[in-house]
Amino acid sequence: MVDIPFDQVAGIPPAEVAEVELYHPHSWWTRYVFSQDAKVIAVQYSITAMSIGMVALVLSWMMRLQLGFPGTFSFIDANQYLQFITMHGMIMVIYLLTALFLGGFGNYLIPLMVGARDMVFPYVNMLSYWVYLLAVLVLAATFFVPGGPTGAGWTLYPPQAILSGTPGQDWGIVLMLASLILFIIGFTMGGLNYVVTVLQARTRGMTLMRMPLTVWGIFTATVMALLAFPALFVASVMLLLDRLLGTSFFMPTLVEMGQLTKYGGGSPILFQHLFWFFGHPEVYIVALPAFGIISDLISTHARKNIFGYRMMVWAIVAIGALSFVVWAHHMYVSGMHPYFGFFFATTTLIIAIPTAIKVYNWVLTLWRGDIHLTVPMLFALGFIVTFVNGGLTGLFLGNVVVDVPLSDTMFVVAHFHMVMGIAPIMAVFGGIYHWYPKVTGRMLNDALGRFHFWVTFIGAYAVFFPMHYLGLLGMPRRYHDIGETTFVPASAHDLNAFMSVAALIVGFAQLVFLFNLVWSLFKGKEAGGNPWGATSLEWQTPETPPGHGNWGKELPVVYRWAYDYSVPGAARDFIPQNEPPAKVLAQGAHP
Amino acid sequence: MVVAILLLLVAVASVLFHLYSPWWWTPIASNWSYIDHTINLTFWITGAVFCAVIAFMAYCVLRFHHTEGRRAHYNPENKKLEWWLSIGTAIGVVAMLAPGLIVWHQFVTVPADATDVEVVGQQWMWSYRLPGKDGRLGTSDARLISSDNPLGLNPNDPNGQDDIVVQNEDLHLPVGKPVKVLLRSIDVLHDFYVPEFRAKMDMIPGSVTYYWLTPTRTGTFDVLCAELCGAAHAQMRSKVVVEEEKEYHAWLDKQHTFAALSGQRNVAKAAYKTGSE
Repeated sequence: MVDIPFDQVAGIPPAEVAEVELYHPHSWWTRYVFSQDAKVIAVQYSITAMSIGMVALVLSWMMRLQLGFPGTFSFIDANQYLQFITMHGMIMVIYLLTALFLGGFGNYLIPLMVGARDMVFPYVNMLSYWVYLLAVLVLAATFFVPGGPTGAGWTLYPPQAILSGTPGQDWGIVLMLASLILFIIGFTMGGLNYVVTVLQARTRGMTLMRMPLTVWGIFTATVMALLAFPALFVASVMLLLDRLLGTSFFMPTLVEMGQLTKYGGGSPILFQHLFWFFGHPEVYIVALPAFGIISDLISTHARKNIFGYRMMVWAIVAIGALSFVVWAHHMYVSGMHPYFGFFFATTTLIIAIPTAIKVYNWVLTLWRGDIHLTVPMLFALGFIVTFVNGGLTGLFLGNVVVDVPLSDTMFVVAHFHMVMGIAPIMAVFGGIYHWYPKVTGRMLNDALGRFHFWVTFIGAYAVFFPMHYLGLLGMPRRYHDIGETTFVPASAHDLNAFMSVAALIVGFAQLVFLFNLVWSLFKGKEAGGNPWGATSLEWQTPETPPGHGNWGKELPVVYRWAYDYSVPGAARDFIPQNEPPAKVLAQGAHP
Repeated sequence: MVVAILLLLVAVASVLFHLYSPWWWTPIASNWSYIDHTINLTFWITGAVFCAVIAFMAYCVLRFHHTEGRRAHYNPENKKLEWWLSIGTAIGVVAMLAPGLIVWHQFVTVPADATDVEVVGQQWMWSYRLPGKDGRLGTSDARLISSDNPLGLNPNDPNGQDDIVVQNEDLHLPVGKPVKVLLRSIDVLHDFYVPEFRAKMDMIPGSVTYYWLTPTRTGTFDVLCAELCGAAHAQMRSKVVVEEEKEYHAWLDKQHTFAALSGQRNVAKAAYKTGSE
């Protein structure tokens, strides 16, 4: 890399607590439960997120059973179907993906990748997890309260979200909003930590433009989340006040079950603006960490520098900024002023350009590489396929007039599952297969991993690709049963049944993955410190798994960017970021 | 080898599914065939990009798969290539956005000769209101809603007296005449959705939204609710009958005006009262 001189290390003082000042745990409780070590907190976040994610997975089976075989299962009725879709969506988007990418991957990787000993505010970091756990418990409690969880759809649009025609009006919606408020409080504590750690605690030589793209992705996503979540926070508080105290922020004069209510003067569309001002950045809060992780997986496993690093960084930043001015593309048919459509369609389609650049640079990284088809690499390839597919259907829905027939149909469901369900989950799995050896010291089983990948990738594609065509046909979303129509042919029901069977198979493949996680913990192959031959700092720790404080006595010094793979003249096909130039030259002398 | 073939298969299978699967949009029944054309254009452009990216990936996996002694090429940047790719993408984006915005302009510009038709959504049924001979709809207010006046029409508005109210029955429209569909809800969000018309718009309590269309063929079409509105969202159905002018007027003559309906109710009430005395 010509433009980033590798021997310049001056200028960045190590703004880092010395090893001796770290709070070291004194008991089992403070080591494993109330731990202030970012790595332990990361594992706590990940386990909690995946546990509640399993609930959402089971809910998706219920939904697919109902859609594939309507009327067959007496334990699923219209109300429960709505409760299932609501909880499935909310859990997957917020409590699984957001928590796992930022709380899980962020906590584990940020300090290690930038060469810090820990997050800068370890105590707040610990609190962040416990508040998150409380939010998850409150959410899970809604399954057991009278009336069950809310069935308002994950978008929680008022007025119906708080009126009696919707299931879960008594307790479900109140606890849901309380849980969201808690989640945002917990996230803010963690998020401030991630941002300050990246900005202040990078080790000597780790300039911003030498950071691995994973850190760039998580960092930008966290900044976005800190700016976007407050919109959801205030919307939740206001909706809670409307529900409990009878205020009318979102409630106009309206009739509830034939009776005129006391509400009056509020605006339902205001909620939609607040929700999507959070909700659209949320898409990229999930996508940007995935972009970063995929960049690092592809580069490492293709033994090649990421192509166009600087363009990749600027694309992440540009996408992050643009994503705050596109929110109303979720509202083209909401009844907002129709002229907004011109503005939001234009901004939305502009965002396609930096996103496309990222895709080009991933595939150009593969070009003339030395591609090792490891399990993480397979997941990275699967990510590109599903992300490109879902991204391109976004060009349909973002183009305002094309969205009119497609909005609120199964096309939308197919699109967002492909682009922010399957694709980020591919990045999560790829990341877990990639970093599990660092976390545990052991490799995940390779054969089980390959089985898991192919079933998940082909199966999920078989669920969501055909679903677009049901949407084109006009099949609306959030219908537990399409019932009698003149326009849905009988063959569409067969297609639904096929998709349900595929979804069940994909679901069971995840059990194989969970088994692999547990089994490999005890029986997996010993990994060593750097099994993939990777350059970034987390693979250069003195111990594996890294101890508290990460680096032993001395912090690493960084001499180069994170992508020195297959450098001409170097003896090995990778040069760790902390390898001094003199050593590289000495090795290079032996061809 | 196997991975490359499987990746290619995903792309090929997707294209074949697109071309040969029986699931495609319903035959259009409105003037919005422009929307269909824009969707088709988008399919062509995005389909080409999808196939190109997957094919290139499969080629890379096949050609640059790890073998003993292979070493990757060291190539951090290629500004020229990155710029050309960005410009190419921008051209593709403009090719989709420009026609899209032109059609959107038509969609939001209601022709002057369009007739008003009001659709009222409530949990979980559809009602309709057509202007009477004066061609104007009377005003309405949610506060006026009662069992006698389920749509909340203003009884003191002279424009509203001859309005035709169709409650919980099918809507009829004449073929070939542009209509401005005024959308109103009295409780929660709904969305008046007829797949064959391609158009849809949410209905919001407290405001009146709209879209316009010209029905282009006769027939009976399903009305569905496309915005989640509570427990019976999926059962909120109605039908639109598009028919020739003559049949339409025959149907119209059989409908009741607001004045007649409130009159009947008053008579019925009076009869009930005298009967009980």
